[in-house]
Amino acid sequence: MLRRLLRRVSGTTVFMWLIGIAMLVVVVWGVYATLSSGRYKASDWIDLTVYGIAQGSVYALIALGYTLVYGILRMINFAHSEVFMSGPFIGYFVAMALSQSGFFNRQPFVSLIIVLLVAMTVSTTIAVLLERIAYRPLRRAPRLVPLITAIGASYFLQYTFLGLFGSGIKGYPEVAQLKGYWPFPGTSSGILRTQAVVIVSAFVMLAILYVFVQRTKTGKAMQAVSEDKDAAALMGIDVDRIIVITFVVGGALAGAAGVLYALLFKQVKFDMGFLPGIKAFTAAVLGGIGNVNGAMLGSLFLGISESLFPNLVLDGLGLPAPYQLKDALAFIMLVAVLIFRPTGILGERLAVKKA
Amino acid sequence: MNARTRSDWMAPVKSGLMGGLIALLIAMVGLVEVSVKRPILTADGRILLSVGQLLLLLPIILMCYKAVQVFAAGCEKVTDRLGLLATGALSGFFASLVLAALVLLGRVINLRTVFIRASPDLFNTLTFGLGLGGGSVVLLLFGALLGGLVAAITLLPDRIRRPLVLGLALVPLAAILTSALFAGRGFSVPVALLVGVVAAALTFAWRQTQPKLQDRVAALSPSGQRTYQVFRWLLPVAIVLALPRLGAYPSEVLVNVGLFVLMGLGLNIVVGFAGLLDLGYVAFYALGAYAMAVLTSPEMTWHGIHLTFWQALPFAVLASTSAGIILGIPVLGMRGDYLAIVTLGFGEIIRLVFLSDWLKPFLGGSNGITRIPKAVVGSIALDNSPKLYYLILAGCVVAAFVAIRLKDSRLGRAWMAMREDEDVAQAMGIDLIKTKLLAFATGATFSGLSGAIFASKLTSIYPHSFHVLVSINVLGVIIVGGMGSIPGVVVGALALVGLPELLREFAEFRLLMYGAALVFMMLTRPEGLVPEARRKLELHEADGEV
Repeated sequence: MLRRLLRRVSGTTVFMWLIGIAMLVVVVWGVYATLSSGRYKASDWIDLTVYGIAQGSVYALIALGYTLVYGILRMINFAHSEVFMSGPFIGYFVAMALSQSGFFNRQPFVSLIIVLLVAMTVSTTIAVLLERIAYRPLRRAPRLVPLITAIGASYFLQYTFLGLFGSGIKGYPEVAQLKGYWPFPGTSSGILRTQAVVIVSAFVMLAILYVFVQRTKTGKAMQAVSEDKDAAALMGIDVDRIIVITFVVGGALAGAAGVLYALLFKQVKFDMGFLPGIKAFTAAVLGGIGNVNGAMLGSLFLGISESLFPNLVLDGLGLPAPYQLKDALAFIMLVAVLIFRPTGILGERLAVKKA
Repeated sequence: MNARTRSDWMAPVKSGLMGGLIALLIAMVGLVEVSVKRPILTADGRILLSVGQLLLLLPIILMCYKAVQVFAAGCEKVTDRLGLLATGALSGFFASLVLAALVLLGRVINLRTVFIRASPDLFNTLTFGLGLGGGSVVLLLFGALLGGLVAAITLLPDRIRRPLVLGLALVPLAAILTSALFAGRGFSVPVALLVGVVAAALTFAWRQTQPKLQDRVAALSPSGQRTYQVFRWLLPVAIVLALPRLGAYPSEVLVNVGLFVLMGLGLNIVVGFAGLLDLGYVAFYALGAYAMAVLTSPEMTWHGIHLTFWQALPFAVLASTSAGIILGIPVLGMRGDYLAIVTLGFGEIIRLVFLSDWLKPFLGGSNGITRIPKAVVGSIALDNSPKLYYLILAGCVVAAFVAIRLKDSRLGRAWMAMREDEDVAQAMGIDLIKTKLLAFATGATFSGLSGAIFASKLTSIYPHSFHVLVSINVLGVIIVGGMGSIPGVVVGALALVGLPELLREFAEFRLLMYGAALVFMMLTRPEGLVPEARRKLELHEADGEV
């Protein structure tokens, strides 16, 4: 009995389990130490969680772009982080023009919607151009080829923006009405107004996308193409068109996410796409890549754990300056998920399939 | 010949506009602005043609050439010569139309509030310094003329065209190289003509005599052939050994190229041979450098060990190798994209950990580690680039030797089988775990060696030297050179690391060019500049099957 078990368990499996257990022990220990020290009040945790949800809902909008494209083309659209960056970047110039003419202060919400629309258009254009120029000619090429192209396109776009518009940080104009808190009734804590706006608008867009994918004919066609391209083509679906639509949807969501991100952090920069991009990808994998609901769930999970983790775990372990390792968490989670549950929380099929 | 339809005239317009748009992009990202001072052709101290202007011309020339090719395709011999010339001129005209539109726009509104590079200098360059009206007309005429010239050259017989094109291409190349290496001021018109004519004549002569020479060599006696072979090898070896004589700055560039060749040889094994796309390759470079720094720097007192470069080198390399295995184990089951993104994650985790305050007492945190001693050979300290060059060269030679020997070994063939199809390879009895881990370990070893030398070269290291961009650089090197091709790594490193360092003004555009090079290579020539035979076959398999 034991011998049979031993034969099935190889050295590498044991090694991985050891890593997993070690990670779990560290997390549990850190949480225990923090909570028993009583350094934080309940309201601190609420603030952090709300911040995490705001962050996570932005990730969700980006993650959908990754997930939709992966579902259909089985490739990681590495340049999606630049699609995300380009929208708010161009949007910044529109916002500045509006703010100089005084319109921004008179009609902040109309202006924000204008900026949002511009950003979505720009991101969509870039996404579609990417598909047309860089990905479509390579659809039948060996696996590594489109991936490398995507990496190249990502850096090309990033540094083109640097060259065109300069390397400085560009500060978005502030919206006076969105300063301060909206208090929660009956408690001492509240929610930052920008965060509330970000969360609500992200959820509205997610809902629209959900209905689009599940209910409309095009959405169903997208599902069919992601299931089996050839069979979908036989059923009379124009696969090329559906792929373009996927990039359009992903691009528009990324552009919107970019403006929300700019609202949260009040600035844009040519390399702002890298970290949110990779985190959103992590979230997509976390939820099971190719799975729309999974991407939303994974994003919220990642956003919340990212905002809680430094205080909740690392602080308890007595690490100096725990927030420095915040970004490492996303990568650690990515690695851990891919190692221990490559199918993600909700997904069950794609990761094991040969891409 | 059929009558030309409207669509026949749309094609050159389209490719002309495309060329113009590319030129526009090159101008607006600032490539022209930085390089307009680097001369190629001069007359009486005035610059006739600068690198910046050449950069504007190149896409236009290329797109005109493409339009002409499209026109000429389909007929065996071009009979409609006038039509061909018109095609070239038309696409050249439309390309310059885009640029003229930019100039006009730039004069009407101030583009500079958004596009920081839309400077008056740029507009001056575009209009040949003739002002808006005259300049635009000259620009348009010039574009049409250029397109016509391109078309005219394609009409020449092959025997004359090749030397001519080569001569035309070599003149700017030689001028740029001399101006970068010896701070020259470009060529004056007579010198340029001389270089061009000599280059063209030599090509012409070489093409005439080469077959005869080959016969002569084949007819030599065995001992004569041996001498010939020895000399054929001695010449490049002598050149490589003498390169530091060029001076301190070229040697510095060569040392950096060497570091990338070393890393490229390693990544070439992982990506090129085994087909595992590793984006966290910089992690091993960082580990090699940090191991060297921690073991040798007098700043690091917590372990009480102080080694010399040579004593620490084995440990640094060993650290990277074992990291290659340890980081390899978790990703054994992953393929393609997943592997790429997880290794990217590993690379970033390692950098963030090095950067954090958490390990500051041990690894220096954001202050890095300084005072790393230089390597000493005998009584000579390798403290400047010309001397370090030989150290790097030795490392590269060893690595290249190992890579060449591995390539056709049992292991190398196992890697390639795995690259083709993991499942089939496993069915053929290849132990995937062992083979993959060996690929990661070998790659990491070379990278660690490179990192260790890097640390002792700079004598100080900081976490930000090990950004994920380094991985992308190395990837670019092997993609441009040709995946799986060992000479390709050298060519790729020279082109992607050497050139931008020689032409310092392009340093800030390095990643832009890497990105463009990756996309361009993948779209047009996925097998790289110096393709490896088997890889080329694989990539073009699909073409043959049709």
